[in-house]
Amino acid sequence: MTATLNADLAPVQHTGPLPPVPDGAVMVTVNLQRFNPELDDAPHMESYRIPALPTDRILNLLHYIKWYIDGTLAFRRSCAHGICGSDAMRINGRNRLGCKVLVKDLVTAKKTEITIEPIKGLPLEKDLIVDMEPFFDAFRSVKPYLVTHGNEPDREWVQSIEDRERFDDTTKCIMCACCTTSCPVYWSADAYVGPAAIVAAHRFIFDSRDQAAEERLEILSDAEGVWRCRTTFNCTDACPRGIQVTKAIQEVKRALMFRRI
Amino acid sequence: MASPTAIRPSGGKPSPRRGSLYRGAEGMWSWVAHRITGVLTFFFLFAHVLDTALVRVSPESYDKVIETYKNPFVNLLEVGLVGAVLYHAFNGIRIMLIDFWSKGPRYQRQMLWAIVVVWVLVMLPGAYFMLERNIRHIFGGGA
Repeated sequence: MTATLNADLAPVQHTGPLPPVPDGAVMVTVNLQRFNPELDDAPHMESYRIPALPTDRILNLLHYIKWYIDGTLAFRRSCAHGICGSDAMRINGRNRLGCKVLVKDLVTAKKTEITIEPIKGLPLEKDLIVDMEPFFDAFRSVKPYLVTHGNEPDREWVQSIEDRERFDDTTKCIMCACCTTSCPVYWSADAYVGPAAIVAAHRFIFDSRDQAAEERLEILSDAEGVWRCRTTFNCTDACPRGIQVTKAIQEVKRALMFRRI
Repeated sequence: MASPTAIRPSGGKPSPRRGSLYRGAEGMWSWVAHRITGVLTFFFLFAHVLDTALVRVSPESYDKVIETYKNPFVNLLEVGLVGAVLYHAFNGIRIMLIDFWSKGPRYQRQMLWAIVVVWVLVMLPGAYFMLERNIRHIFGGGA
């Protein structure tokens, strides 16, 4: 799910020739938050001026910096196509996937600066890498798997189109943590399960085949559950899969309030 | 052999860099404004309960305190209070709709702009009538 591009501690200076600058490239300034836990007391910003095509992804800029300027830059990425959810980062102050934002989405003739920071609310490890374990702990706490009791049916679990539609939106989650780490409540109260865990719970609570909805609702009605949500809609705005995260959280809240799924 | 690894004195994780603000959309700022107006209204109520309770101490001291409120600066604070309470009330209705109306989350942005428009429409005449007397007094109108 997550692959780490991590380099050795010693600064690696690129010595070979830089790749040719393609036609149509513009010079952009990338302000990057850097942090080396073995050398730095606190994170700091560093700027890199590099060529970029308008059609480049932000991930390409990070690759350029890592491959040709400073090999010690550490960040996560795996598929680079918006599927694996490894490269969540704060781009110009908002949580996005580095592989889904293009240079032309951010750079105009007047503004050629791009700011990239790690996602907030999770312990910072190095540069753009944060410790995702608290995020996965919250995810695991809501039983994000199908629970059934009794005998299995002879063939498949039958489900109507309408029943499947009920939780279709929340099946799209790729667990990139964009939503959870965009939540002001999550930044301040580290026990809050966060939007992603509630999305995972929603996916099974409203699944007609699942039989553990009550258990999950019980977990989420806890003090650190859905009631911590203040409907700031940062999560909905941040989700790279377009999941209506706040809507899902509100549906769980209403299911709890009216005891109706 | 121990490896030459520098250990930070604090040992824990670094504190976040200052000034790394999250640039949320309207929803986040409406929540921030809701918090601020809520706290401001709370502080007003705190002072208000105290000064009103003074009347039980003695009507004279109550009158004396109320007399200190009669100046243009407090008049501005009053307009600010009306603005804060109005926003908090309107946005509270919006939050209830987000909570209880199944289409609320989808229309949260439109609802926010709607309450901002209503807020401006109410505040324009409201502020005018609240400040009119003091403005005429200060800038020396006929009265």
